Amino acid sequence: MATKRETTMKTMKMGRRALMVTAVATLGLGNAAFADGHQILDEVHFLIPGGAGGGWDGTARGTGEALTESGLVGSASYENMSGGGGGTAIGYMIENAASLENTLMVNSTPIVIRSLTGVFPHNFRDLTLVSGTIGDYAALVVPADSDVSNMEEFLAMYDADPNGTPIGGGSVPGGMDHLVAAMVMEASGRDALGVNYIPYDAGGTAMAALLSGEIKALSTGFSEAVDLANQGEVKIIGVTSEDRVDAAPDAMTMMEQGIDTSFVNWRGFFAAPGLSEEKTAQYQAAIAAMYDTPEWETVRARNGWVNIHNPGDDFLSFLENQEKVIGDLMTKLGFL
Amino acid sequence: MLEGILIGLQTALSLQNLLVVIGGCLIGTFIGMLPGLGPMSIIAIMIPVAITMGDPSAALILLAGVYYGAIFGGSTSSILLNAPGVAGTVASSFDGYPMSQQGKAGKALTIAAIASFAGGTIGAILLMVFAPMLSSVALLFHSPEYFALMVVGLSAIAAFAGPGQVTKALLMTVLGLIMATVGEGALFNLPRFTGGIMDLQSGFGFITLAMAMFALPEAIFLVLKPKNLGEDGGEIKDLRITRAEARAIAPVIGRQSIQGFFIGVLPGAGATIASFLGYAVERNIAPKHEQEEFGKGSIKGLAAPETANNAACTGSFVPLLTLGIPGSGTTAILLGALIALNVTPGPRLMVDEPQIFWAVIMSMFIGNLVLLILNLPLIPYIAKLLAIPRNFLIPFILFFTLMGAYIGQNNATELLLLVGFGICGIALKFANYPLPPLLIGFILGGMMEDNFSRSMQLYGGVNFVLERPMTMILLLIAAALIILPVLRTRKARKAAA
Repeated sequence: MATKRETTMKTMKMGRRALMVTAVATLGLGNAAFADGHQILDEVHFLIPGGAGGGWDGTARGTGEALTESGLVGSASYENMSGGGGGTAIGYMIENAASLENTLMVNSTPIVIRSLTGVFPHNFRDLTLVSGTIGDYAALVVPADSDVSNMEEFLAMYDADPNGTPIGGGSVPGGMDHLVAAMVMEASGRDALGVNYIPYDAGGTAMAALLSGEIKALSTGFSEAVDLANQGEVKIIGVTSEDRVDAAPDAMTMMEQGIDTSFVNWRGFFAAPGLSEEKTAQYQAAIAAMYDTPEWETVRARNGWVNIHNPGDDFLSFLENQEKVIGDLMTKLGFL
Repeated sequence: MLEGILIGLQTALSLQNLLVVIGGCLIGTFIGMLPGLGPMSIIAIMIPVAITMGDPSAALILLAGVYYGAIFGGSTSSILLNAPGVAGTVASSFDGYPMSQQGKAGKALTIAAIASFAGGTIGAILLMVFAPMLSSVALLFHSPEYFALMVVGLSAIAAFAGPGQVTKALLMTVLGLIMATVGEGALFNLPRFTGGIMDLQSGFGFITLAMAMFALPEAIFLVLKPKNLGEDGGEIKDLRITRAEARAIAPVIGRQSIQGFFIGVLPGAGATIASFLGYAVERNIAPKHEQEEFGKGSIKGLAAPETANNAACTGSFVPLLTLGIPGSGTTAILLGALIALNVTPGPRLMVDEPQIFWAVIMSMFIGNLVLLILNLPLIPYIAKLLAIPRNFLIPFILFFTLMGAYIGQNNATELLLLVGFGICGIALKFANYPLPPLLIGFILGGMMEDNFSRSMQLYGGVNFVLERPMTMILLLIAAALIILPVLRTRKARKAAA
């Protein structure tokens, strides 16, 4: 209770942003929960492989918030460990495995991509797979005033002049946005190698390039695409989900336009290698129970996440499948 | 625009942001007053604080407040001690110090405060008018134009380098470009020049580099070049100025606000150049009998650089906010801070994040007002801070530098890099190499390469230079900026020989 009261007092004195500073600057202390007595774990320490404010950071802190406030976990703490685009934190988990049984590391699709290219000396098999928790689909968007409004029209424009129809994205060549664009074009019967992919360093610059006409389409995350579409800046011409998503019921999937491909950028949690089966099961039970709590629903809705629950062995087969699909594509594109 | 102003006022006038701007101005004034510590060092030290605030508007308001606070404070030590705190206030000591020796220190400080206030405020009005205009043109820019613009930004370093410094400035720029290649580039998804060290995969940390190049060397310089302070300062008696004096400096302030602002807008030029040029112009156009007074305590000679340097500070925000191009070392640091906060300055900033854009402009008005109010009645007391012994000050600077580099990344490798680069920075400073070009090269290098590789891919080679006239024009301007100073130096050498 002391923790909770202290936090409230700080909030009153310093305001929300200032409170975030304290949480970010040191370790965020979760509120001790004394709720319904269905606590599964005493504490979880979240290791975030990137800086404060990124996607990994939001996922770990949001999950920790839902777990502690629902009473499933006693307390949560957070640690940001940047470096090597996430590689430093993976190395740390493996080297210090023995002392990290309370630590969960958040990660996402790039762990698969970067292990394939060899940028990371390790891959997901070197860690204990706890669970995939959420995901975001990908989407292709065009400017709101574009003549194109679906994949068929876009492909017609592409066929007329492949090189003059550049597709941009916020990742390096061989990164996620590029792979999604290549995957879609490959599934539509075009050669993935022919895609003129233009990389931008961030979503914002890629968006500016789309609006200035430098690129004809943008490959981006679905939730970001929905935000931009709601602002009236872009049209979504295809989503990589299997069924239409509630957040944008008018946006057609690739599949219903005859392009047989799907992709999800997952986020999930890993533990140190050699973690006991009992402890692993406890983590998985806490996460499984979390989905039914109103606290999680609040966090999920606030961030626009899609629930994609893949515990244990399902997680392994999901990752192995993704590794194969991405690996084949990257080999074809000449990145491997 | 009215809507933007209202959004900006709403954000800037929130209690938190008001406190932030007042705090930033105070810190800036205090540090700016201390000889040797320039706005770049203090902004570098404040970046981690700003980033942990998490809110880009508040962070930028804080850093901007520190920036013009430092220029404001710098004039106090120029006038009282003839020891300018920052390069931008060197010209203020030409006439400010003689005035204080004549027992008119109070009057000089008042003139400096009023001139700075007017320069800053008029500059902010010009910024409000010109930034949106430039912003709409900039939306027509594609990758080739951005690439060419970065080249112009780098070339401008040569054009504005001090006499005899052109070669050194170019060398430092190239060093900055080389350092920017470490890590993953836009062309490859593989690490480059990292020596297999994982912590280098995302390249050198910008904050670490800024601290190592500015804060550390200047702190060490304070140790190595001690100078007694607070002893020979003129006594502050009367702060009042007469109506005749006000009438005499009013046109100077008007002219220098505008001239200073536009010099600030130019990439590579900044408060320092604006203040020297402002001083020179005002002396040349003054009537014969007043010209003789310049350098001996002329109020016009004090008002000119004080107005110009503040207006230039504001002007340097134009390319930063509208094009994402830093025109000076200080705005380069601000740009790095913005990128760390996930804000991409550029033509889209005004459209996508109007609250940031306008809040910063509105906070400039508030900040200038705060500085005027702070400085006029409090100057005699603030000036006492000049007597703080160095042995208290330097440990503080070192502490904040090390802490700042660590909490930026939560990675101890940054500390090793900080110390390593710090030693290099100190050596370079001793050899009289200018350090801001290195930082500008480092920041522009990555962006230049990205835009270049994109242009190559979009146009299938380097023919984008021929296909896009705007790119060609910008590159020709860049070439002129490099060639002219070289010719000038050669001519000067011939004349001397």
